[in-house]
Amino acid sequence: MTQRTRNLLLLAPAGAWFLLMLIVPLSVVFIFSFGERGPAGGYVPALTLEQYANLPARWAAFRNTMILAPTGTLAALLIAYPLAYFLAVKVSAKWKMTLLVLVIVPFWTSILIRSYAWIFLLGGRGIPALLDWIGIEGVRLINTPFSVLVGIVYGYLPLMVFPIFVSLDRLDKRLLEASSDLGARPWRTFLQVTLPLSIPGIATGCMLVFILLMGEYLIPALLGGGKVFFVGNALVDLFLQSRNWAFGSAVAVTLVVVMLITVTIYMRFISRVGGTRDDVALM
Amino acid sequence: MSKSAYATTDEKRDRNIVAELRRVTKRFGDVLAADHLDLQIREGEFLSFLGPSGCGKTTALRMLAGFEVPTEGDVLLDGEIVNRLEAHRRPVNMVFQHYALFPHLTVAQNIGYGLKQVRPRLPRSEIAEKVSKALELVRLPGFENRRIWEMSGGQQQRVALARAIINEPKMLLLDEPLAALDRKLRKEMQIELQNIQRSLGITFILVTHDQEEALSMSDRICIMRDGRIVQVGSPQDLYDRPMNRYVADFVGTSNFFDGRVTSVSGDLAEVTLDAGLTLSGRPIDKVSAGQAVSISVRPEQVHLTRTGGGEGQLPVTVHNRIFLGEHTEYLVIHETLGEFLVLAPRQSELNEGPFNTGDVLQASWDAGAALVLDRN
Repeated sequence: MTQRTRNLLLLAPAGAWFLLMLIVPLSVVFIFSFGERGPAGGYVPALTLEQYANLPARWAAFRNTMILAPTGTLAALLIAYPLAYFLAVKVSAKWKMTLLVLVIVPFWTSILIRSYAWIFLLGGRGIPALLDWIGIEGVRLINTPFSVLVGIVYGYLPLMVFPIFVSLDRLDKRLLEASSDLGARPWRTFLQVTLPLSIPGIATGCMLVFILLMGEYLIPALLGGGKVFFVGNALVDLFLQSRNWAFGSAVAVTLVVVMLITVTIYMRFISRVGGTRDDVALM
Repeated sequence: MSKSAYATTDEKRDRNIVAELRRVTKRFGDVLAADHLDLQIREGEFLSFLGPSGCGKTTALRMLAGFEVPTEGDVLLDGEIVNRLEAHRRPVNMVFQHYALFPHLTVAQNIGYGLKQVRPRLPRSEIAEKVSKALELVRLPGFENRRIWEMSGGQQQRVALARAIINEPKMLLLDEPLAALDRKLRKEMQIELQNIQRSLGITFILVTHDQEEALSMSDRICIMRDGRIVQVGSPQDLYDRPMNRYVADFVGTSNFFDGRVTSVSGDLAEVTLDAGLTLSGRPIDKVSAGQAVSISVRPEQVHLTRTGGGEGQLPVTVHNRIFLGEHTEYLVIHETLGEFLVLAPRQSELNEGPFNTGDVLQASWDAGAALVLDRN
């Protein structure tokens, strides 16, 4: 067996999966997006841009996604970085493993159940009731952008913590000593050495969380209560409720294009900020 | 050569003390890494901490740098106690073992790092100028915009050195700086380090486990073992007057014959070897009858002759001969003393013809050249 056939065989399962589960469905969606809705719903073949012209009708879903996905990513980053830093730099080797496991523990329960817990916590008899009791009245949390933000940050935090933890954990601690030795105060050492060298972790974490948030459906459905919805919710609505497959396909294609553009811009930016070989390899 | 070297040592004795360890002890949990270290470091000297790994030499260096706080005792810089002064406030810089260069910065940014921390800020042009001067000093002119990973090990070493001297520290600490380099490069860097030290006049403190490195570069060597300082002295002092067998073994090569002191008279002590023979030698430290000692004879102190057989001469058989050019090294065997090394100048073979394997010769040394050393 030549090296070439062996390589092809090794790639075959992933390649077949990729083709059947990604390329084929995407092509179908792409073709459908130029069609029309049948009288009883579904799809009628056609070649029209009508569906794309209709996109502004779903502007709210795009707006929410484009605001809450980056905001959620940023909020997750701001919470995850100090946590990852603490785990990687401050905690002794003995406790590191235990604390890391605690970060993943929430993943052992379904996100559905955990989101229901948040419905109760943020709902009328949860935190607002508590605030009411200490004299802050009339706070409404559930079904607001805030509750959706809480939900997505909570749900995706571990995905942000891990890549940052890894990059900080393998950071050569002697570099920090070298920085201090050369006269840098702790804060300047952080800004000039620790932060730049953890950019690969930040980049990976943000990318993971951002891409998943762009397609998020469950959390806005549960914690947004139909008021704060993402493109994902719009798609479910279009395909399953109104059975407008053509328009749904156009919305889906637009989401993919928006994602491709943002991720490309983001990667350009990251490879410009971090100039080390690691970052290049990551890209 | 030896005369001038002694002169510089005497001269330095009068200079200021830049740093001092006073009864410094450092414990890591149950491990005693440094045990009551007492040492004065003189301005402008090249001092080496020499010892095997785990002897506490790196711990001593790290306490001077400010990375470790002593458990007991005091670290002084310029006469002031600095036990808890953080590294970034000390006028001391370090060349790290694996250089610890910043991978995300260029060569110029690495070297200029120390200058960038200075407040009030220095003008960019001044930083750039000093960086290019430092690069010239370490013979890497024009390398400003290179990336660290584009540099060879030897070049990285030079960048690390330039980075550490740019702030003109009171002391430069070097933690096994040459360990990662190949032999030839190491030799070159040894000479270069000495030249740089002389031209800058900065105190250099080197940590190494390589005796050759310590001997060739240092004004003084501090020999360490199990967290303690065993002996401090110039390379010649340590070579000629080692305090005990450990030092003699660590500094240069020596032949050791174990035994017990039977009597002491004047400058010499009589030692009955475990092998049965009685030899005399010169004690460096005080010895008393019955003490377990080793007699140390340096290979170059042994004379080999073809004929003789007089008093104090030992009949030996040549077991192995290695021709080294100006010297020849012989491994010889004596029937009771066993194997030992002899380093003979070329002249002795020119006088008496080559000593071949299997030849029976007479070995001898001056009683004063045999040192009686404590066995610990």
